[in-house]
Amino acid sequence: MFSVQARTVASITLRATMGRRRALVFAIPPVILVLVSVLLKAANPEHADWQGHILGGFGLAVVLPLTALIIGTSVLGAEVDDGSVVHLLATPVPRSTVVLAKFAVGAGLTMIFAAVPELLAGLIATGGVTRLAVGVFAGALVGSVVYNAVFVMISVLTTRAIAVGLLYLLVWESLLSNVVSGVRVLSVEQYSLGVANSIARDGNLNAHLGLAAAVILGALVTAVTLGLAVRRLAAFSLKGDAV
Amino acid sequence: MSSIELRSVSRWYGNVVAINDITMTMGPGVTGLLGPNGAGKSTLLHLISGFLEPSRGELTVGGAASWRNPGIYRTLGLVPERPAVYAFLTGLEFVRATARLHKLPDPDRAAERSIAIVEMAAAQDRKIGTYSKGMRQRIKVAAALVHDPEVLLLDEPFNGMDPRQRLHMMDLLETLGDEGRTILFSSHILEEVERLSGTIQVIVAGRLAASGDFRAIRRLMTSRPHVFLVRTSDDRRLGAALIGRPSVTGVEMSGRGLQVKASDYGAFSREIAGLTREQGIQLRELLPEDESLESVFAYLVEQ
Repeated sequence: MFSVQARTVASITLRATMGRRRALVFAIPPVILVLVSVLLKAANPEHADWQGHILGGFGLAVVLPLTALIIGTSVLGAEVDDGSVVHLLATPVPRSTVVLAKFAVGAGLTMIFAAVPELLAGLIATGGVTRLAVGVFAGALVGSVVYNAVFVMISVLTTRAIAVGLLYLLVWESLLSNVVSGVRVLSVEQYSLGVANSIARDGNLNAHLGLAAAVILGALVTAVTLGLAVRRLAAFSLKGDAV
Repeated sequence: MSSIELRSVSRWYGNVVAINDITMTMGPGVTGLLGPNGAGKSTLLHLISGFLEPSRGELTVGGAASWRNPGIYRTLGLVPERPAVYAFLTGLEFVRATARLHKLPDPDRAAERSIAIVEMAAAQDRKIGTYSKGMRQRIKVAAALVHDPEVLLLDEPFNGMDPRQRLHMMDLLETLGDEGRTILFSSHILEEVERLSGTIQVIVAGRLAASGDFRAIRRLMTSRPHVFLVRTSDDRRLGAALIGRPSVTGVEMSGRGLQVKASDYGAFSREIAGLTREQGIQLRELLPEDESLESVFAYLVEQ
Protein backbone atom coordinates (compact mmCIF):
# COMPACT_ATOMS: atom_id res chain seq x y z
CA MET A 1 0.00 0.00 0.00
CA PHE A 2 2.78 2.42 0.94
CA SER A 3 5.79 2.96 -1.27
CA VAL A 4 9.22 1.80 -0.17
CA GLN A 5 10.17 5.47 0.10
CA ALA A 6 7.25 6.26 2.44
CA ARG A 7 8.04 3.22 4.59
CA THR A 8 11.71 4.20 4.80
CA VAL A 9 10.90 7.80 5.78
CA ALA A 10 8.38 6.56 8.36
CA SER A 11 10.79 4.05 9.85
CA ILE A 12 13.61 6.61 10.22
CA THR A 13 11.13 9.09 11.73
CA LEU A 14 9.78 6.57 14.22
CA ARG A 15 13.26 5.64 15.39
CA ALA A 16 14.34 9.27 15.59
CA THR A 17 11.25 10.36 17.54
CA MET A 18 11.15 7.46 19.98
CA GLY A 19 14.92 7.42 20.40
CA ARG A 20 15.14 10.91 21.76
CA ARG A 21 14.83 11.59 25.47
CA ARG A 22 11.79 13.70 24.81
CA ALA A 23 9.91 10.44 24.11
CA LEU A 24 9.68 10.18 27.91
CA VAL A 25 7.99 13.57 27.95
CA PHE A 26 5.20 12.24 25.70
CA ALA A 27 4.13 9.90 28.49
CA ILE A 28 3.83 12.49 31.27
CA PRO A 29 0.54 14.27 30.36
CA PRO A 30 -1.39 11.02 29.65
CA VAL A 31 -0.16 9.44 32.89
CA ILE A 32 -1.41 12.51 34.78
CA LEU A 33 -4.80 12.26 33.01
CA VAL A 34 -5.24 8.59 33.96
CA LEU A 35 -4.07 9.19 37.54
CA VAL A 36 -6.46 12.14 38.01
CA SER A 37 -9.32 10.00 36.68
CA VAL A 38 -8.46 7.20 39.10
CA LEU A 39 -8.24 9.59 42.05
CA LEU A 40 -11.49 11.42 41.25
CA LYS A 41 -13.28 8.14 40.66
CA ALA A 42 -12.08 6.92 44.07
CA ALA A 43 -13.13 10.19 45.75
CA ASN A 44 -16.50 10.67 43.96
CA PRO A 45 -17.70 7.28 42.74
CA GLU A 46 -21.32 8.47 42.28
CA HIS A 47 -21.10 12.12 41.32
CA ALA A 48 -20.89 12.26 37.47
CA ASP A 49 -20.33 16.00 36.77
CA TRP A 50 -16.53 15.92 36.85
CA GLN A 51 -16.23 13.27 34.12
CA GLY A 52 -17.11 15.56 31.20
CA HIS A 53 -14.99 18.38 32.65
CA ILE A 54 -11.90 16.22 33.10
CA LEU A 55 -12.17 14.25 29.84
CA GLY A 56 -13.02 17.33 27.76
CA GLY A 57 -11.52 20.30 29.61
CA PHE A 58 -8.32 18.50 30.59
CA GLY A 59 -8.03 15.44 28.30
CA LEU A 60 -9.06 16.97 24.98
CA ALA A 61 -8.12 20.59 25.72
CA VAL A 62 -4.74 20.13 27.48
CA VAL A 63 -3.29 16.59 27.30
CA LEU A 64 -4.09 15.99 23.61
CA PRO A 65 -2.76 19.30 22.20
CA LEU A 66 0.38 19.25 24.37
CA THR A 67 1.25 15.69 23.33
CA ALA A 68 0.52 16.49 19.68
CA LEU A 69 2.65 19.65 19.97
CA ILE A 70 5.70 17.76 21.25
CA ILE A 71 5.34 14.94 18.72
CA GLY A 72 4.12 16.94 15.71
CA THR A 73 6.90 19.51 15.91
CA SER A 74 9.62 16.87 16.29
CA VAL A 75 8.80 14.36 13.50
CA LEU A 76 10.12 16.72 10.83
CA GLY A 77 11.17 19.83 12.75
CA ALA A 78 14.05 18.15 14.60
CA GLU A 79 15.68 17.11 11.32
CA VAL A 80 15.12 20.53 9.79
CA ASP A 81 16.71 22.16 12.85
CA ASP A 82 19.87 20.03 12.90
CA GLY A 83 20.19 19.85 9.10
CA SER A 84 20.05 16.06 8.84
CA VAL A 85 16.94 16.43 6.64
CA VAL A 86 19.38 17.17 3.78
CA HIS A 87 20.21 13.47 3.58
CA LEU A 88 16.54 12.76 3.05
CA LEU A 89 15.95 15.59 0.61
CA ALA A 90 19.05 14.88 -1.52
CA THR A 91 17.16 11.91 -2.95
CA PRO A 92 14.37 11.83 -5.55
CA VAL A 93 11.68 11.23 -2.88
CA PRO A 94 8.62 13.38 -3.63
CA ARG A 95 8.37 16.06 -0.93
CA SER A 96 4.71 15.11 -0.45
CA THR A 97 5.83 11.59 0.51
CA VAL A 98 8.21 13.03 3.13
CA VAL A 99 5.52 15.24 4.67
CA LEU A 100 2.77 12.61 4.58
CA ALA A 101 4.96 9.84 6.03
CA LYS A 102 6.11 12.09 8.85
CA PHE A 103 2.58 13.33 9.48
CA ALA A 104 1.32 9.72 9.61
CA VAL A 105 3.95 8.79 12.20
CA GLY A 106 3.13 11.90 14.25
CA ALA A 107 -0.62 11.26 14.15
CA GLY A 108 -0.14 7.56 15.00
CA LEU A 109 2.13 8.29 17.96
CA THR A 110 -0.26 10.97 19.24
CA MET A 111 -3.10 8.45 19.06
CA ILE A 112 -1.03 6.02 21.14
CA PHE A 113 0.18 8.59 23.66
CA ALA A 114 -2.97 10.75 23.95
CA ALA A 115 -6.07 9.13 22.40
CA VAL A 116 -5.60 5.68 23.98
CA PRO A 117 -4.99 7.17 27.47
CA GLU A 118 -8.09 9.34 26.89
CA LEU A 119 -10.09 6.16 26.26
CA LEU A 120 -8.55 4.55 29.33
CA ALA A 121 -9.40 7.61 31.45
CA GLY A 122 -12.95 7.53 30.01
CA LEU A 123 -13.39 3.87 30.88
CA ILE A 124 -12.12 4.46 34.42
CA ALA A 125 -14.12 7.66 34.96
CA THR A 126 -17.45 6.32 33.66
CA GLY A 127 -16.95 2.76 34.87
CA GLY A 128 -17.22 0.99 31.49
CA VAL A 129 -17.79 1.35 27.74
CA THR A 130 -20.07 4.39 27.86
CA ARG A 131 -21.05 6.99 25.24
CA LEU A 132 -18.79 9.52 26.97
CA ALA A 133 -15.76 7.19 26.94
CA VAL A 134 -16.24 6.29 23.26
CA GLY A 135 -17.03 9.91 22.35
CA VAL A 136 -13.88 11.42 23.86
CA PHE A 137 -11.82 8.65 22.28
CA ALA A 138 -13.24 9.46 18.83
CA GLY A 139 -12.65 13.18 19.47
CA ALA A 140 -9.06 12.48 20.49
CA LEU A 141 -8.47 10.41 17.33
CA VAL A 142 -9.69 13.29 15.15
CA GLY A 143 -7.65 15.79 17.18
CA SER A 144 -4.50 13.65 16.81
CA VAL A 145 -4.82 13.90 13.04
CA VAL A 146 -5.62 17.62 12.72
CA TYR A 147 -3.18 18.85 15.40
CA ASN A 148 -0.33 16.92 13.79
CA ALA A 149 -1.03 18.40 10.38
CA VAL A 150 -0.94 21.89 11.93
CA PHE A 151 2.24 21.28 13.96
CA VAL A 152 4.11 19.57 11.10
CA MET A 153 3.36 22.63 8.98
CA ILE A 154 4.54 25.02 11.73
CA SER A 155 7.78 23.02 12.12
CA VAL A 156 8.59 23.50 8.42
CA LEU A 157 7.74 27.21 8.54
CA THR A 158 9.74 28.22 11.60
CA THR A 159 12.62 26.99 13.74
CA ARG A 160 10.67 28.11 16.83
CA ALA A 161 7.90 25.60 16.25
CA ILE A 162 7.24 24.74 19.90
CA ALA A 163 6.93 28.42 20.88
CA VAL A 164 4.64 29.21 17.94
CA GLY A 165 2.57 26.07 18.63
CA LEU A 166 2.21 27.01 22.29
CA LEU A 167 1.13 30.51 21.32
CA TYR A 168 -1.54 29.02 19.06
CA LEU A 169 -2.79 26.76 21.87
CA LEU A 170 -2.71 29.35 24.64
CA VAL A 171 -3.77 32.49 22.78
CA TRP A 172 -5.97 31.21 19.96
CA GLU A 173 -7.58 28.10 21.42
CA SER A 174 -7.68 28.86 25.15
CA LEU A 175 -8.15 32.61 25.19
CA LEU A 176 -9.64 33.94 21.95
CA SER A 177 -12.00 31.04 21.21
CA ASN A 178 -13.65 31.59 24.62
CA VAL A 179 -14.20 35.28 23.90
CA VAL A 180 -14.77 35.49 20.15
CA SER A 181 -17.20 32.87 18.87
CA GLY A 182 -15.99 33.08 15.25
CA VAL A 183 -12.52 31.88 16.29
CA ARG A 184 -14.00 28.50 17.23
CA VAL A 185 -14.40 27.71 13.55
CA LEU A 186 -10.61 27.54 13.31
CA SER A 187 -9.94 25.77 16.60
CA VAL A 188 -8.74 22.16 16.48
CA GLU A 189 -9.88 21.72 20.07
CA GLN A 190 -13.44 22.49 18.99
CA TYR A 191 -13.23 19.88 16.21
CA SER A 192 -12.26 17.23 18.80
CA LEU A 193 -14.96 18.37 21.21
CA GLY A 194 -17.56 18.53 18.41
CA VAL A 195 -16.90 14.93 17.37
CA ALA A 196 -16.76 13.79 21.01
CA ASN A 197 -20.05 15.51 21.87
CA SER A 198 -21.84 14.11 18.81
CA ILE A 199 -21.43 10.66 20.41
CA ALA A 200 -21.37 11.53 24.13
CA ARG A 201 -24.11 14.21 24.23
CA ASP A 202 -22.59 15.70 27.38
CA GLY A 203 -23.01 19.43 28.02
CA ASN A 204 -19.94 19.45 30.27
CA LEU A 205 -17.75 18.86 27.23
CA ASN A 206 -18.42 22.50 26.29
CA ALA A 207 -18.58 21.75 22.53
CA HIS A 208 -19.62 24.55 20.19
CA LEU A 209 -19.53 22.80 16.79
CA GLY A 210 -21.76 20.06 15.39
CA LEU A 211 -20.44 16.81 13.92
CA ALA A 212 -20.64 17.87 10.27
CA ALA A 213 -18.94 21.23 10.85
CA ALA A 214 -16.21 19.62 12.99
CA VAL A 215 -15.44 16.89 10.44
CA ILE A 216 -15.53 19.12 7.36
CA LEU A 217 -13.49 21.92 8.92
CA GLY A 218 -11.04 19.41 10.41
CA ALA A 219 -10.51 17.76 7.02
CA LEU A 220 -10.09 21.16 5.39
CA VAL A 221 -7.52 22.39 7.91
CA THR A 222 -5.62 19.09 7.60
CA ALA A 223 -5.49 19.29 3.80
CA VAL A 224 -4.53 22.97 3.68
CA THR A 225 -1.80 22.77 6.34
CA LEU A 226 -0.24 19.62 4.83
CA GLY A 227 -0.36 21.22 1.39
CA LEU A 228 1.47 24.27 2.75
CA ALA A 229 4.05 22.04 4.45
CA VAL A 230 4.75 20.22 1.15
CA ARG A 231 5.11 23.53 -0.69
CA ARG A 232 7.48 24.87 1.89
CA LEU A 233 9.60 21.70 2.03
CA ALA A 234 9.91 21.70 -1.76
CA ALA A 235 11.67 25.06 -1.41
CA PHE A 236 13.85 23.95 1.51
CA SER A 237 17.06 26.00 1.49
CA LEU A 238 20.39 25.54 3.17
CA LYS A 239 22.17 28.51 4.66
CA GLY A 240 25.52 29.07 2.97
CA ASP A 241 28.78 30.57 4.17
CA ALA A 242 28.81 33.28 6.78
CA VAL A 243 28.79 36.39 4.64
CA MET B 1 27.48 12.58 -19.47
CA SER B 2 26.40 15.21 -16.97
CA SER B 3 27.97 18.60 -16.76
CA ILE B 4 27.33 21.50 -14.44
CA GLU B 5 26.63 24.84 -16.07
CA LEU B 6 26.23 28.23 -14.47
CA ARG B 7 25.37 31.30 -16.49
CA SER B 8 25.60 34.66 -14.71
CA VAL B 9 24.44 33.14 -11.43
CA SER B 10 24.08 35.47 -8.46
CA ARG B 11 22.64 34.91 -5.04
CA TRP B 12 22.03 37.60 -2.49
CA TYR B 13 20.48 37.82 0.97
CA GLY B 14 18.91 41.24 1.37
CA ASN B 15 21.76 43.65 0.65
CA VAL B 16 24.50 41.04 1.04
CA VAL B 17 25.76 39.47 -2.17
CA ALA B 18 26.93 35.92 -1.48
CA ILE B 19 27.54 34.86 -5.09
CA ASN B 20 28.24 37.49 -7.68
CA ASP B 21 27.62 36.84 -11.38
CA ILE B 22 29.40 33.52 -11.77
CA THR B 23 29.61 31.79 -15.14
CA MET B 24 31.35 28.43 -15.32
CA THR B 25 31.08 24.97 -16.81
CA MET B 26 32.34 21.80 -15.21
CA GLY B 27 32.54 18.49 -17.04
CA PRO B 28 33.81 14.99 -16.25
CA GLY B 29 36.85 14.76 -14.01
CA VAL B 30 37.74 16.25 -10.65
CA THR B 31 37.33 19.99 -10.17
CA GLY B 32 38.39 21.74 -6.98
CA LEU B 33 36.46 24.71 -5.68
CA LEU B 34 39.02 26.73 -3.78
CA GLY B 35 38.55 29.80 -1.65
CA PRO B 36 38.96 31.19 1.85
CA ASN B 37 36.31 30.56 4.52
CA GLY B 38 33.18 32.59 3.89
CA ALA B 39 34.02 33.14 0.19
CA GLY B 40 30.80 31.54 -1.02
CA LYS B 41 31.93 27.98 -1.75
CA SER B 42 29.14 26.36 0.26
CA THR B 43 26.58 28.78 -1.14
CA LEU B 44 27.68 27.81 -4.64
CA LEU B 45 27.45 24.09 -3.85
CA HIS B 46 24.00 24.61 -2.32
CA LEU B 47 22.90 26.41 -5.48
CA ILE B 48 24.22 23.63 -7.73
CA SER B 49 22.70 20.89 -5.56
CA GLY B 50 19.22 22.48 -5.59
CA PHE B 51 19.22 23.58 -1.96
CA LEU B 52 19.19 27.28 -2.76
CA GLU B 53 17.40 29.30 -5.39
CA PRO B 54 19.56 31.54 -7.57
CA SER B 55 18.55 35.19 -7.24
CA ARG B 56 19.56 35.65 -10.87
CA GLY B 57 21.01 33.60 -13.70
CA GLU B 58 20.64 30.06 -14.97
CA LEU B 59 21.99 26.92 -13.39
CA THR B 60 21.69 23.39 -14.77
CA VAL B 61 23.03 19.95 -13.92
CA GLY B 62 22.93 17.55 -16.86
CA GLY B 63 20.78 20.08 -18.69
CA ALA B 64 18.06 20.27 -16.01
CA ALA B 65 17.54 23.07 -13.48
CA SER B 66 18.31 21.82 -9.98
CA TRP B 67 16.08 24.16 -7.93
CA ARG B 68 12.74 22.54 -6.96
CA ASN B 69 13.62 19.45 -8.98
CA PRO B 70 14.06 16.34 -6.78
CA GLY B 71 14.47 14.28 -9.98
CA ILE B 72 17.96 15.77 -10.28
CA TYR B 73 19.13 13.52 -7.44
CA ARG B 74 18.89 10.46 -9.68
CA THR B 75 22.12 11.63 -11.30
CA LEU B 76 23.53 13.78 -8.51
CA GLY B 77 25.06 12.81 -5.16
CA LEU B 78 25.68 15.36 -2.40
CA VAL B 79 28.00 15.15 0.60
CA PRO B 80 27.05 18.16 2.75
CA GLU B 81 29.53 19.75 5.13
CA ARG B 82 27.25 19.72 8.13
CA PRO B 83 28.12 16.84 10.43
CA ALA B 84 24.47 16.05 11.25
CA VAL B 85 23.66 12.49 10.24
CA TYR B 86 21.12 10.08 11.70
CA ALA B 87 23.28 9.17 14.72
CA PHE B 88 20.86 6.46 15.89
CA LEU B 89 21.26 4.41 12.69
CA THR B 90 24.18 2.12 11.96
CA GLY B 91 26.31 2.96 8.94
CA LEU B 92 24.76 0.12 6.98
CA GLU B 93 21.20 1.12 7.93
CA PHE B 94 21.87 4.70 6.83
CA VAL B 95 23.30 3.76 3.44
CA ARG B 96 20.62 1.10 2.87
CA ALA B 97 17.86 3.59 3.76
CA THR B 98 19.35 6.01 1.21
CA ALA B 99 19.33 3.20 -1.39
CA ARG B 100 15.63 2.60 -0.63
CA LEU B 101 14.87 6.31 -0.94
CA HIS B 102 16.43 6.08 -4.42
CA LYS B 103 14.17 3.08 -5.11
CA LEU B 104 17.16 0.95 -6.14
CA PRO B 105 16.21 -2.60 -7.19
CA ASP B 106 18.63 -4.25 -4.72
CA PRO B 107 19.26 -1.82 -1.83
CA ASP B 108 21.27 -4.35 0.19
CA ARG B 109 23.78 -4.98 -2.57
CA ALA B 110 24.02 -1.31 -3.49
CA ALA B 111 24.71 -0.42 0.17
CA GLU B 112 27.30 -3.18 0.50
CA ARG B 113 29.10 -2.04 -2.68
CA SER B 114 29.06 1.60 -1.66
CA ILE B 115 30.33 0.89 1.87
CA ALA B 116 33.13 -1.24 0.43
CA ILE B 117 34.21 1.66 -1.81
CA VAL B 118 34.77 3.92 1.21
CA GLU B 119 36.30 1.05 3.23
CA MET B 120 33.76 1.20 6.03
CA ALA B 121 32.66 -2.45 6.04
CA ALA B 122 34.36 -3.15 9.38
CA ALA B 123 32.39 -0.38 11.13
CA GLN B 124 29.11 -0.68 9.19
CA ASP B 125 27.19 -2.28 12.08
CA ARG B 126 28.15 0.40 14.59
CA LYS B 127 25.83 3.35 15.28
CA ILE B 128 26.89 6.49 13.40
CA GLY B 129 26.80 8.33 16.74
CA THR B 130 29.94 6.38 17.74
CA TYR B 131 31.89 7.28 14.55
CA SER B 132 34.80 9.71 14.39
CA LYS B 133 34.39 12.80 12.20
CA GLY B 134 36.36 11.17 9.40
CA MET B 135 34.23 8.01 9.55
CA ARG B 136 31.04 10.07 9.40
CA GLN B 137 32.41 11.84 6.39
CA ARG B 138 33.10 8.52 4.68
CA ILE B 139 29.69 7.05 5.46
CA LYS B 140 28.13 10.23 4.02
CA VAL B 141 30.17 9.66 0.86
CA ALA B 142 28.94 6.04 0.76
CA ALA B 143 25.34 7.26 0.97
CA ALA B 144 25.95 9.85 -1.76
CA LEU B 145 27.47 7.16 -4.01
CA VAL B 146 24.89 4.46 -3.40
CA HIS B 147 22.94 5.20 -6.59
CA ASP B 148 26.10 5.47 -8.70
CA PRO B 149 25.60 9.16 -9.61
CA GLU B 150 27.21 10.84 -12.60
CA VAL B 151 27.75 14.04 -10.62
CA LEU B 152 29.13 14.11 -7.08
CA LEU B 153 29.31 17.31 -5.02
CA LEU B 154 31.34 17.34 -1.82
CA ASP B 155 31.51 20.27 0.61
CA GLU B 156 34.87 20.29 2.44
CA PRO B 157 35.13 16.48 2.27
CA PHE B 158 38.53 16.24 3.98
CA ASN B 159 37.55 18.06 7.17
CA GLY B 160 38.22 15.93 10.22
CA MET B 161 40.03 13.17 8.35
CA ASP B 162 43.40 11.85 9.41
CA PRO B 163 46.18 11.82 6.77
CA ARG B 164 45.60 8.19 5.79
CA GLN B 165 41.84 8.69 5.37
CA ARG B 166 42.55 11.88 3.45
CA LEU B 167 44.82 10.08 0.99
CA HIS B 168 42.30 7.31 0.58
CA MET B 169 39.51 9.78 -0.10
CA MET B 170 41.69 11.60 -2.63
CA ASP B 171 42.42 8.33 -4.44
CA LEU B 172 38.72 7.52 -4.42
CA LEU B 173 37.73 10.87 -5.90
CA GLU B 174 40.48 10.54 -8.49
CA THR B 175 39.19 7.10 -9.53
CA LEU B 176 35.62 8.37 -9.71
CA GLY B 177 36.77 11.26 -11.88
CA ASP B 178 38.77 8.95 -14.15
CA GLU B 179 35.62 6.86 -14.60
CA GLY B 180 34.04 9.85 -16.29
CA ARG B 181 32.03 11.29 -13.42
CA THR B 182 31.84 14.99 -12.73
CA ILE B 183 33.32 15.49 -9.26
CA LEU B 184 33.24 18.92 -7.65
CA PHE B 185 34.67 19.39 -4.17
CA SER B 186 35.26 22.50 -2.12
CA SER B 187 38.27 23.21 0.04
CA HIS B 188 40.06 26.12 1.65
CA ILE B 189 43.34 24.20 1.73
CA LEU B 190 45.59 24.72 -1.26
CA GLU B 191 47.50 21.46 -0.88
CA GLU B 192 44.32 19.36 -1.01
CA VAL B 193 43.31 20.89 -4.29
CA GLU B 194 46.83 20.73 -5.65
CA ARG B 195 47.12 17.01 -4.96
CA LEU B 196 43.76 16.15 -6.43
CA SER B 197 42.57 18.28 -9.25
CA GLY B 198 43.94 19.51 -12.53
CA THR B 199 41.17 22.05 -12.87
CA ILE B 200 40.22 24.54 -10.21
CA GLN B 201 37.75 27.30 -9.71
CA VAL B 202 38.85 29.93 -7.22
CA ILE B 203 36.10 31.80 -5.41
CA VAL B 204 36.85 34.96 -3.46
CA ALA B 205 34.17 37.16 -1.88
CA GLY B 206 31.46 35.54 -4.01
CA ARG B 207 33.28 36.11 -7.29
CA LEU B 208 35.06 33.71 -9.58
CA ALA B 209 38.65 34.91 -9.13
CA ALA B 210 40.44 32.36 -11.27
CA SER B 211 39.47 29.37 -13.29
CA GLY B 212 41.33 26.70 -15.18
CA ASP B 213 44.50 24.63 -14.93
CA PHE B 214 45.83 24.37 -11.41
CA ARG B 215 49.52 24.66 -12.37
CA ALA B 216 49.00 27.97 -14.16
CA ILE B 217 47.11 29.40 -11.19
CA ARG B 218 49.71 28.07 -8.78
CA ARG B 219 52.44 29.85 -10.76
CA LEU B 220 50.46 33.04 -10.54
CA MET B 221 50.18 32.55 -6.79
CA THR B 222 53.91 31.94 -6.16
CA SER B 223 55.15 34.67 -8.50
CA ARG B 224 53.10 37.38 -6.80
CA PRO B 225 54.99 40.11 -4.88
CA HIS B 226 55.60 39.22 -1.24
CA VAL B 227 55.84 41.72 1.59
CA PHE B 228 58.36 41.27 4.40
CA LEU B 229 58.96 43.24 7.57
CA VAL B 230 62.70 43.51 8.29
CA ARG B 231 64.19 44.88 11.51
CA THR B 232 67.92 45.45 11.64
CA SER B 233 70.55 47.54 13.43
CA ASP B 234 70.49 50.02 10.48
CA ASP B 235 67.24 49.91 8.51
CA ARG B 236 68.02 52.95 6.33
CA ARG B 237 71.35 51.59 5.04
CA LEU B 238 69.87 48.16 4.35
CA GLY B 239 66.97 49.83 2.53
CA ALA B 240 69.40 51.67 0.24
CA ALA B 241 71.23 48.43 -0.51
CA LEU B 242 68.04 46.43 -1.07
CA ILE B 243 66.55 48.80 -3.62
CA GLY B 244 69.46 48.01 -5.97
CA ARG B 245 68.55 44.30 -6.06
CA PRO B 246 66.39 42.97 -8.92
CA SER B 247 64.34 40.74 -6.56
CA VAL B 248 63.14 43.82 -4.63
CA THR B 249 60.45 46.08 -6.08
CA GLY B 250 59.91 48.49 -3.22
CA VAL B 251 61.20 49.55 0.20
CA GLU B 252 59.40 51.64 2.79
CA MET B 253 60.54 52.88 6.18
CA SER B 254 57.94 52.50 8.87
CA GLY B 255 57.81 52.82 12.63
CA ARG B 256 57.90 49.04 12.96
CA GLY B 257 60.94 48.56 10.69
CA LEU B 258 61.61 48.21 7.00
CA GLN B 259 58.80 47.05 4.76
CA VAL B 260 60.21 45.27 1.70
CA LYS B 261 58.25 44.23 -1.38
CA ALA B 262 59.94 41.32 -3.14
CA SER B 263 58.96 40.15 -6.60
CA ASP B 264 60.75 36.83 -6.18
CA TYR B 265 60.12 35.09 -2.86
CA GLY B 266 62.95 32.52 -3.23
CA ALA B 267 65.65 34.92 -4.45
CA PHE B 268 64.90 37.50 -1.75
CA SER B 269 64.93 34.87 1.02
CA ARG B 270 68.35 33.65 -0.16
CA GLU B 271 69.88 37.11 -0.64
CA ILE B 272 68.85 38.92 2.52
CA ALA B 273 71.23 37.10 4.89
CA GLY B 274 74.29 37.58 2.64
CA LEU B 275 73.45 41.22 2.03
CA THR B 276 73.22 42.12 5.73
CA ARG B 277 76.53 40.31 6.36
CA GLU B 278 78.19 42.23 3.50
CA GLN B 279 76.94 45.54 4.86
CA GLY B 280 77.88 44.71 8.44
CA ILE B 281 74.28 45.13 9.53
CA GLN B 282 72.76 43.01 12.27
CA LEU B 283 69.54 41.28 11.13
CA ARG B 284 67.14 41.15 14.08
CA GLU B 285 63.85 40.06 12.58
CA LEU B 286 62.47 38.94 9.20
CA LEU B 287 58.73 38.41 9.01
CA PRO B 288 56.61 37.57 5.94
CA GLU B 289 53.65 39.95 6.23
CA ASP B 290 51.03 38.57 3.86
CA GLU B 291 51.19 34.79 3.94
CA SER B 292 47.53 34.25 4.76
CA LEU B 293 45.50 32.43 2.14
CA GLU B 294 43.19 35.45 2.05
CA SER B 295 46.02 37.67 0.79
CA VAL B 296 46.91 35.10 -1.88
CA PHE B 297 43.31 35.08 -3.04
CA ALA B 298 43.08 38.86 -2.86
CA TYR B 299 46.08 39.04 -5.19
CA LEU B 300 44.40 36.67 -7.63
CA VAL B 301 41.31 38.87 -7.70
CA GLU B 302 43.47 41.87 -8.62
CA GLN B 303 45.03 40.00 -11.56
